[in-house]
Amino acid sequence: MGNMIKIGMAEAALCTPPDAITTLGLGSCIGIVIYDPTTKICGMVHIMLPDSTKIRNNETRAKFADTGIQDLYNAVIKAGAKKEKLVSKIAGGAQMFAFKSDNDMLRVGDRNAEAAVKKLNELKVPILAQDTGKNSGRTVEFYPETGVFLVKSVGKPPYEI
Amino acid sequence: MGDIVVENITEVSDLQLDVLREIGNIGSGHAATALAKLLNQKVDIKIPKAELCAFRDLPEVVGGAENIVVGILLTLSQDINGMMMFIMERKPAINLVKKLMWTEIDENAELTEMQLSALQEIGNIITGAYLSSLSDLTHLTIQASVPYIAIDMAGAILSVPAIEFGKLGDNALLIEAEFSDGNDEDDINGYFLLIPTIESYNAIMTSLGL
Repeated sequence: MGNMIKIGMAEAALCTPPDAITTLGLGSCIGIVIYDPTTKICGMVHIMLPDSTKIRNNETRAKFADTGIQDLYNAVIKAGAKKEKLVSKIAGGAQMFAFKSDNDMLRVGDRNAEAAVKKLNELKVPILAQDTGKNSGRTVEFYPETGVFLVKSVGKPPYEI
Repeated sequence: MGDIVVENITEVSDLQLDVLREIGNIGSGHAATALAKLLNQKVDIKIPKAELCAFRDLPEVVGGAENIVVGILLTLSQDINGMMMFIMERKPAINLVKKLMWTEIDENAELTEMQLSALQEIGNIITGAYLSSLSDLTHLTIQASVPYIAIDMAGAILSVPAIEFGKLGDNALLIEAEFSDGNDEDDINGYFLLIPTIESYNAIMTSLGL
């Protein structure tokens, strides 16, 4: 068994077997994994907001879908992953509170998911699995050896995507 | 002194943190009184904390990212914009419902609609007491939304305020107030998080003459 690498909000890290990578208690944030199944090199980023260009204080690039995914993409390639083999899996973006208003501030989970999909499409990285939206938090674990992305929610058995 | 304008949440001074701590103290004092009346028993408050907390440390305040908590959230508008959150761990929340409704509850079962509604109302009353004391203190008008409730992992619940703070910087301003009924076995404790927007934060400071 390898180590479990843990990342928090607005953080990213690379991972290779036998290690695995996790982020705990995703709410409206999104966990994005980019990996190359041939070299088994992968990385995960935990983004909080959709768009860095809308925010003045945007030096923390891993906080945003656009810059966070771009940096992750560059980092896995630099680590030796093959660009044309890259695939991705994403989870998170829940709406934690059942707001009745459609205030944009409160729909951030959906907007994060849309922004992540858009950025991955732009980079031409196929999304093999997506588990976003709904209203419950998720802990996610990614195992680069097998490509399994394990999602755990409260009161439900863990499932693989 | 009146022209200190905070543009980034990392610039908060020690003096300002002291003031926020005092706001937390007064606010939670009122909240504890409201709760004491509701339960007809004594409720103590602990010394409040006000600190800048990095995102990654935020869930640790309530026992770690995967700890199950009850979060009650209200959005604030008018003179103070932002959010107010009241958080309890699952066990104290169940203790509170037991005391309020005079019923036994299976600790592992899901809460019923009625019990959730009771918790939501408790959250409404105590955050209301907190906010009205803040309003009195600052002479600012605060309009709170209806309370929203969620029970989930602490990391997931706290992502909602963290994202709001994320628009301003990499820290959350935590005004933490804890209260307890002084009984170790059936302890009731909770935390307040006041999440003003940066403009509202400046408005609070200005209204207090800082």
